[in-house]
Amino acid sequence: MQPCRLAADDLACRRGDRVLLRGVGFALGSGDALHLAGPNGIGKSSLLRILAGLMRPYAGRVEASGAIALSDEHLPLDAHRPLGAALAFWQRIDGVVAGDDRFGLDDLGDVPVRYLSTGQRKRAALSCMVASGAAIWLIDEPLNGLDAHWSTVAQAAIEAHRASGGIAVIASHQPLALGGLAVLPLLEHVP
Amino acid sequence: MTAPRRLALIFRRDCALLLGGSRGRGGAVLPLLFFLAVAMLYPFGVGPDARLLARTGAGVIWVAALLAAILPLDRLIEPDLESGFFDQWALRGLSEEAVMLGRIVAHWLCFGVPLMLATPIAAALLAIDGQQLWRLELGLLLGTPGLAAIGVTIAALTAGLRAGAALGGLLLIPLAVPLLIFGAGSLQPGGENGLVLLAAASLVALAVAPFAAGAAIRAARD
Repeated sequence: MQPCRLAADDLACRRGDRVLLRGVGFALGSGDALHLAGPNGIGKSSLLRILAGLMRPYAGRVEASGAIALSDEHLPLDAHRPLGAALAFWQRIDGVVAGDDRFGLDDLGDVPVRYLSTGQRKRAALSCMVASGAAIWLIDEPLNGLDAHWSTVAQAAIEAHRASGGIAVIASHQPLALGGLAVLPLLEHVP
Repeated sequence: MTAPRRLALIFRRDCALLLGGSRGRGGAVLPLLFFLAVAMLYPFGVGPDARLLARTGAGVIWVAALLAAILPLDRLIEPDLESGFFDQWALRGLSEEAVMLGRIVAHWLCFGVPLMLATPIAAALLAIDGQQLWRLELGLLLGTPGLAAIGVTIAALTAGLRAGAALGGLLLIPLAVPLLIFGAGSLQPGGENGLVLLAAASLVALAVAPFAAGAAIRAARD
């Protein structure tokens, strides 16, 4: 994987007329992972969307080199289509062949996306992100709805991504069992 | 994977989605049935006088086409915005404008073309003769792309709003009035120039729509 970089400088994040976060800064290189920690509603998801370039920061700058993948609370799969066909759309868009099945979705290929459980939806979302081949992963609550087994699998996927030179930014209120994980406590950045 | 190939894949998905319908929202069939239902009901309303029907029928077909354009508004943009498709496409470097242009073409194929195919049936119900039917079809060919462009723009503007669907219908009517005036006007004796103005109105809508709809999608993110 090509060297990638993600840096934020003095970011502020606003929702409506409230400033949620102020002075958020970090710099990440290949193999780094950052845990955005904080309670519900502190602005983790908004911060991820700013890092992804989908929202403009209220102040500050984001610099990214490398393709970005975002996995948030939306599941970008057609609800009425079978999971296999819905995933195949993104595989064709990203020009990848259906590869490893580390999230155990092959058995669910015929199930329409709207019938999937919370954990299965999360696994599908993570699988989309892995398949995108992007260097920078922005993940919102990767462990939500996953049982112990799939939590381990998801964290192993993040470790493997870092080992291959990728970056992972994880917004979560849960503790993560990743080696060398930098933690950014967002409570310190509430104005 | 290059951007044109990705856009082609997205266009194919757009067509499949708009033609077949999804998530409990009807596909291309519903506006079509509405359109034919108006043509069927009108003679019951004004009586079977063939001369009256032939004189007013073509205008009724234009009104029916305009009102049928309201029906698909709520499934043009909203479901994909809800599921985060537009975010994912933006992350892959595809411009909102290009995606919106594709969606306008897909919407026209799944709305305008079926309407034109159903027009001979509606014309038969309204005792419209062959020459007028020909002029009507030509007018629809020029006008429905503009109607599709306005529809996608309004769908993008109202996506995510509460009561967006009802608001969309109200917004579409005034914006589509030029198309109705020039389209129905071109059917009057000596109204051939109306077709030129219809084409111009349609082109203006087509030229503005991808940018307006793209900007609306970006604004919806904040």
